Amino acid sequence: MTASTPEDRRYLASHEWHKPEGGYVLIGISQHAVEELTDITYVDVSLTVGSLVSSGDSFGEIESVKATSELYCGIDGRIAEINQAVLDNPSLINEDCYGKGWILKLEPSDIKQLEFMLSAVDYEAAAGG
Amino acid sequence: MTDAASLRRTPLHGFHQQYGAHLVDVAGWEMPLHYGSILEEHKLVRRGAGLFDVSHMGRVMFTGSGARRFLERVLTRRISTMQPGQCRYALVCNEAGGVLDDVIVYRFEDYWMLVVNAANREKLLAHFEQVKAAENFEVKIDDITFKTAMLACQGPDVMQIIGHFTSEVPALQNYHFCQKNLMVIKFTISRTGYTGEDGVEVIMGAMTAPMAIRLLTSEGGSQAAKIKPAGLGARDTLRLEAAMPLYGHELDEQTNPLEAGLNFAVNLDKGAEPSGETSGGGGGPQIPRFIGQDALEKVAAQGVSKQLIGLQLDGKRTPRQGAAVSRDGRQLGVVTSGCLSPTLGYPIALAYVQPQAANVGDAVQVAVGNSVQDARIVKLPFYKRPRV
Repeated sequence: MTASTPEDRRYLASHEWHKPEGGYVLIGISQHAVEELTDITYVDVSLTVGSLVSSGDSFGEIESVKATSELYCGIDGRIAEINQAVLDNPSLINEDCYGKGWILKLEPSDIKQLEFMLSAVDYEAAAGG
Repeated sequence: MTDAASLRRTPLHGFHQQYGAHLVDVAGWEMPLHYGSILEEHKLVRRGAGLFDVSHMGRVMFTGSGARRFLERVLTRRISTMQPGQCRYALVCNEAGGVLDDVIVYRFEDYWMLVVNAANREKLLAHFEQVKAAENFEVKIDDITFKTAMLACQGPDVMQIIGHFTSEVPALQNYHFCQKNLMVIKFTISRTGYTGEDGVEVIMGAMTAPMAIRLLTSEGGSQAAKIKPAGLGARDTLRLEAAMPLYGHELDEQTNPLEAGLNFAVNLDKGAEPSGETSGGGGGPQIPRFIGQDALEKVAAQGVSKQLIGLQLDGKRTPRQGAAVSRDGRQLGVVTSGCLSPTLGYPIALAYVQPQAANVGDAVQVAVGNSVQDARIVKLPFYKRPRV
């Protein structure tokens, strides 16, 4: 029932996707997470551009009508950009969670770390979709 | 993950699937949380007309010569003054005055009905049977939940739309009901609801429900097509804006109705001698004291130990059930329900706090996520529909 999970990126079991793009990694949340959360009302990134994150770190919080949850990063790196459009209009994630609804852009320390994360197929199995 | 196979389905399950409902476990029932967007469905009910399946709620009939006295015994509110065709909100309490459930009472010509919360239905049935047996009441208690379905049509356009089917319903006063036969379907239609909007709640036989819902939605012609389905997610944000309590949040067995501000639904003068009795058999019917009355009389005399209040928060974050409400680092109470109000645009919450701290306008702080937000105590309800 879930829309197809893009295979051009890697996933955490906690539903964040990580997409390599031009030497950077974009991070957002999956369609499965969006369906569980329902309408997104608030996104906060607790770190600033330029700060360092490590794999397993929480980098912010996301809220919907139904729930509040933490956002996790699956890779080490430096924050290059935060999607201000999503902070201003969180419903962008409901509209297009794999595209316009990206949250964080990271300059990875080691892009190979992506390989330790779940493939689309493994993520779908893990998410019960 | 819940086991979907073990969940009960309402007679409208096929309708939910047809409309792409996101189904979730609500008190053991597979119910629509939304049909796409909770926020859109919330706005639909505030601006037009929304249709909710509330068949999971319990419907229980009371018949027999002792039915009236029995209900007076188990309900906090006087019901002997109700006329056939009237509904009344009431509470069922335990001996300690804690709330077992909040219910709507329907008075028919020769029987009564309660609509109860889905999660409390079995607990209440056991409670009622226990009271009946212990006190020898002449009452027959029939759970008709599975034989019937219940819909709520809510929103400012509902009466105009229903007016195309019947002129009797738009003429109903609030908290009154009628019984109508439309196209071989028998409906009990009450001007009640749980959204803060005008509208009706409709009870019908389970077998006829799928036909009834087609009458009311797209297949029922252009007028009815304005009623679109809405899920229980929107029902929750709608009732919260209207500051209507939800069992498990504002009400539970550790909370009494006076703490919840439901004094209007508690008649502490039950059991008093009917007036005019000295003149020989006159006066009103005998009304027994209700279960929990002793405890609630004490609370009324001594004052409540917590009080339900409304909060308006700064920012855009959603306060959740269990969040601490504090002032200058000292905790005053906890949030019971919260949302980013879709109608008002700011976060609202209901909370229990120490009564001496509960003045409208007072500043407090509320824990949200990993931070704390400034808030102030506001009057309830948060939202009141414009009256024309």
